[in-house]
Amino acid sequence: MDLIAELEAEQIKALGKKIPDFKAGDTIRVGYKVTEGTRSRIQNYEGVCISRKNGNGISGSFTVRKISFGEGVERVFPLYSTNIDSITVVRRGKVRRAKLYYLRSRRGKAARIAEDTHYKPLDNGDKA
Amino acid sequence: MLRSGVIARKVGMTRLFMEDGRQVPVTVLQLDGLQVVAQRTPEKDGYAAVQLGAGTAKAKRVSKAMRGHFAKAKVPPKRKIAEFRVDPENLIEVGAEITANHYTEGQYVDVSGTSIGKGFAGAMKRHNFGGLRASHGVSISHRSHGSTGQCQDPGRVFKGKKMAGHMGAARVTTQNLQVIKTDVERGLIMVKGAVPGYRGGWVTIKDAVKKPLPDNVPLPAAIKPAQSVEENRATEEAAAEGGESNES
Repeated sequence: MDLIAELEAEQIKALGKKIPDFKAGDTIRVGYKVTEGTRSRIQNYEGVCISRKNGNGISGSFTVRKISFGEGVERVFPLYSTNIDSITVVRRGKVRRAKLYYLRSRRGKAARIAEDTHYKPLDNGDKA
Repeated sequence: MLRSGVIARKVGMTRLFMEDGRQVPVTVLQLDGLQVVAQRTPEKDGYAAVQLGAGTAKAKRVSKAMRGHFAKAKVPPKRKIAEFRVDPENLIEVGAEITANHYTEGQYVDVSGTSIGKGFAGAMKRHNFGGLRASHGVSISHRSHGSTGQCQDPGRVFKGKKMAGHMGAARVTTQNLQVIKTDVERGLIMVKGAVPGYRGGWVTIKDAVKKPLPDNVPLPAAIKPAQSVEENRATEEAAAEGGESNES
């Protein structure tokens, strides 16, 4: 293992985060820490994950899209951000693409994603 | 308070997540067997400096003259050598090994290295020129520089005119990079932001010239505590080897 990979593995271990198994098409809820002045609280952001980038490494990130007051909103979260309190999978989606950018040009009924009813959890230990 | 810099190898870049939610892009620099090879003293050389060596070189790949130089300092042959000007009171003993806590977390440093070569580059890439228009009668020369001067008066192109030419592979210094973290055991220094050169390239790190030096930096340098007997012998043997082949 090269030194950079070693350092990243160490950091992931030190952060001690449990990342649930999710992919593009899944509806997820992200608990994001928001600091207002001195007070900090957790804000939930729920929507469809439309892309995951750079795998499970320290530089991994994912994009969550939701429709807020009739307007499409997308947020990109770093997977291991210390500002993320929790990630929960609300619904498993059945999609045939890794990146669901086509959802941006769709509205309402056309932007639905079928539920994956045959989802099998991964059994590779901590990442599941 | 001019003190020695260090020679380091660029390992690569990564990111660090801080407790307060910030994420910091860092370049990882590694110290590899960084030792003082020679001193320059005002009495002998007219100025004060330390010559540092880093990395490990095979003795047979080192020239005879350099083998003798390393043998004199009783250090194993080094891959890379650089000299750092210091104040006379900050001279470091020959053979001393400098460790990564030479820099304190939060302090600012300047990092110099050889930038990545781009070959012969056009004016757009090399000097950020705008190029010519995509349409409106421009043919073939969309990425060319435009006019290079005036008319019959002065009748020549001024010296220093920015034009196409060789780009990169030059010595570049990036100033005011913040040291985020140091790791003495593995000899790592992590600085915020990018550093010139390829991964695996050599760079030199110095205290930032444009920022005040923090009070808690080690003077004259952070030196590895005295070696254990075994290690010492190994070093001496290596040095002796260099010396022998020099004599033969």
